Amino acid sequence: MSINATLIGQMITFALLVWFTMKYIWPPLFQSLEERKKKIADGLAAAEKGQHEMELAEKKALGVLRNAKEQSADIVTMAQKRANEIVEESKTVAKQEGDRLLTAAKAQIDQELQQAKEGLRKEVSTLAIKAAEQILSAEIDEGKHQEIVSKISNQLG
Amino acid sequence: MATEAHAAEGATGYIIHHLTPLSVGEGFWTLHLDTLFFSAALGGLFIWFFKRAADKATAGVPGLAQNFVEMLIEFVDTQVKDSFHGKSELICPLALTIFCWVFLWNFMDLFPVDILPAIGSMMGLTYLRVVPSTDLNATFAMSISVFCLIIFYSIKVKGPWGFAKELMFQPFGPWLLPFNLLLKVVEEIAKPISLALRLFGNLYAGELIFILIALLPWFIQPVLSFPWAIFHILIITLQAFIFMVLTIVYLSMAHEDH
Repeated sequence: MSINATLIGQMITFALLVWFTMKYIWPPLFQSLEERKKKIADGLAAAEKGQHEMELAEKKALGVLRNAKEQSADIVTMAQKRANEIVEESKTVAKQEGDRLLTAAKAQIDQELQQAKEGLRKEVSTLAIKAAEQILSAEIDEGKHQEIVSKISNQLG
Repeated sequence: MATEAHAAEGATGYIIHHLTPLSVGEGFWTLHLDTLFFSAALGGLFIWFFKRAADKATAGVPGLAQNFVEMLIEFVDTQVKDSFHGKSELICPLALTIFCWVFLWNFMDLFPVDILPAIGSMMGLTYLRVVPSTDLNATFAMSISVFCLIIFYSIKVKGPWGFAKELMFQPFGPWLLPFNLLLKVVEEIAKPISLALRLFGNLYAGELIFILIALLPWFIQPVLSFPWAIFHILIITLQAFIFMVLTIVYLSMAHEDH
């Protein structure tokens, strides 16, 4: 067991190994580790950011949804109101129209009644005159009558 | 399980054979070829695996290999961040290299003690010691490199005079200068020695126990080597971890200016 030149050989080998490790092995591996660390950290940060954004979006969506609901409720109320109005309006219009029709009909009926009355009157008077003519022709007594007529004529005059 | 050639020498011969490195050269200029080869091969394996993962690395969904490599990277990074508060381009890759390389060295211990030497002897290699961390040269090479870095950073961060002041005037103030110096120097020197010897001792002892178990009759071997191997999985990881953490701690101490 003696110390000899092997020592020097071993030292050279050792120095070469350390040099090689220092130059070609440690830096790329360590760098890849650091890069991965960074990547993971970035990924985690991005995930957190994404989650945060999602929460915001959810909140926003809720707001939008609520707005929409309110709006739709408003619209429905308005529509109902409008529908009621329309119904009322049409009711009024219908009533007016009905009234108008009724008045017109009544007027027409009146008119027709009047005409009928007129006609009847005319006919009655004609009939009366005819009847009177008949009676008169049957019971005529020219002298007497002449006397009456002349009496009336006298009264007129 | 001793091979034919060494059966005659008995248990001692078997153990010695297993713990003798394949070496060339004389005196100080001896080279342990097995240590050099296996540690370089394992280093290559480490580099190959991690380079492949690094080339394919994406910030997206990682594959299996990338996942595993990133787990190690994060583990090392956490360890460094826990005890090292300065900023350094070197310390993380250094810690990663130490952890993986030492772990792979130690892992060679889990191969059955005879299998690689047997293959080696087929290839004509008389000796083959496969675990680099049972070679003091390997552990000391690493700890001395770390020691050099400690000194380098101490001087770089605190300045030559600051470092000298720390050696001379701490912990007992300027009046006990020689004593301080002695204490500090011993403290500094103890760092690489303890690093190297701790790893070497643990793995050498572990390997020795595997070899001793291999000497027992075949029907007892599994009963002993199985739990020891399981236990060893813990030890090899722990030793790699300790070497890495102490390196980080020593270097962060070097960076701290009092």
